[in-house]
Amino acid sequence: MRERDVTKSAFLAAVLARCIAGSGSVAVGSNSPIPAAAALLAEHKAAGRLTVFILGSPRHNPFTDGGREMFDFAAQGRLDSFFLGGGEIDGTGDINLLRTGDHRFPGCYGAPYLMALVPNIVLFREEHSRRVLVPRVDFVSARGSGPEGAYRTGGPKSLVTGRAVFRFTDGGFTLVSCHPGETVETIRAETGFDFAVAADPRPTEGPTDEDLQLLQGPIASALAPLYPRFTARLLRGSHA
Amino acid sequence: MRDPGPVSVNALAGSIPDGARLALPADYGGVAMAATFALIRRGARRLRLFGVPTSGLQTDLLIGAGAVETLETAGMALGESGVGPRFRDALRAGGLVVRDSTCPAQHAALQAGEKGIPFLPLRGILGTDLLAGRQDWPVIRNPLAGEADPDPIVLIPAVRPDVALFHAALADAAGNVWIGLRRELATLAHAARRTLVTVEALHPGNLLEDPLMAPGTLPHLYVAQVAVAPGGSWPLAFGESHPADDGALARYSEAAKTDDGFAAILAEWLR
Repeated sequence: MRERDVTKSAFLAAVLARCIAGSGSVAVGSNSPIPAAAALLAEHKAAGRLTVFILGSPRHNPFTDGGREMFDFAAQGRLDSFFLGGGEIDGTGDINLLRTGDHRFPGCYGAPYLMALVPNIVLFREEHSRRVLVPRVDFVSARGSGPEGAYRTGGPKSLVTGRAVFRFTDGGFTLVSCHPGETVETIRAETGFDFAVAADPRPTEGPTDEDLQLLQGPIASALAPLYPRFTARLLRGSHA
Repeated sequence: MRDPGPVSVNALAGSIPDGARLALPADYGGVAMAATFALIRRGARRLRLFGVPTSGLQTDLLIGAGAVETLETAGMALGESGVGPRFRDALRAGGLVVRDSTCPAQHAALQAGEKGIPFLPLRGILGTDLLAGRQDWPVIRNPLAGEADPDPIVLIPAVRPDVALFHAALADAAGNVWIGLRRELATLAHAARRTLVTVEALHPGNLLEDPLMAPGTLPHLYVAQVAVAPGGSWPLAFGESHPADDGALARYSEAAKTDDGFAAILAEWLR
């Protein structure tokens, strides 16, 4: 196999794109360049069967009734997939987008609502450390499951980091694949919560040649107006 | 009551009183930056900002200029640069009251406002610390659910901002404003007591009489004042015609990390 210059961003975008394979609709929120690239990659692969909404992008907006429409669409159960990050993520799938101690994050955005309503929530945070993957979040912006008695149709299905991919089932995470250079032991050392390990944890598959061409060509061009610095990194081919 | 004909940007900004509850769109949604510079020049104080649904550069500038008392918003970031530096500094120093929210709640509050009803119920949010911090968001049992089903649901109280301020593409002589796809600006204007709009240009003829333009038009009924401000969203983007000035934005997020740096870039932008 020939040497390829795969940026970390391109690698993660390809992994995230697989997490939404089979969806008919996906939305991407604020400050989410890698998920936006992933959604556009999945759109190319789905050959017209996936509709992508990228907040702030005039060209990827299927909605015509204002900012509320995507949220109404989600509450009706029409939105299949959404990406959420977290300043902190814990082993119950709860995420913190607001603050730890006196450190402030940007805010909760749509998370407290969408986490409960979108069936395929993909949690994504590139930094995989005990600072981010904590035993218990300081502030619950959105819950991975529950509370008991509440109407709920959504929740996390997977967690992708810069080191690994986890599946979320029965209120907890299972390690399913490690990115190149990582092992179950190195993942455990950097993770602040307990997790199960799949019977056959494999190396995470990166992008195909076609994925890379798409990411560094049409997808980078499409995202440049929204994420100029990210696009430069994706194109330059230098590791972030 | 609507002022006849367009006014100056300074007159428009000057009509926003100190202490007003002022609703502002997100950075991608038509931000009236030229009017915001005028508002800062006139030394506005004690504004109570409401993000539709989130906040960014405009709010960071107003906070840095000492114009803001409270901020209710679903998020506060400068694009790829993260949390606004003046916002972060004000939180550290104390004195800025923040009411954290979530995007659909900001929209629902205005929808209740435009309907003239006291609240709208909203799914999700239950069991979060966000909800725990909002004593003003009651949780009730769905009164239409069966006996055996508790079905708790959150109520978002209506919001009627004193003033809505945004930038749009076109206005006509009658005061109709073309907002195109930005329908949340219509909801905002319906809910607000006074709506002030800066526009790129004046439209010859009446927008409501053009069947292609009318569906994207906010009627003059809701528009208190219009000012013409070409490029009035700078340095933020406005549609596809005015891309963001990425250089200026990057310079701001660096400079505004210190008091002196912020003072210098603000002085430059207010010139």
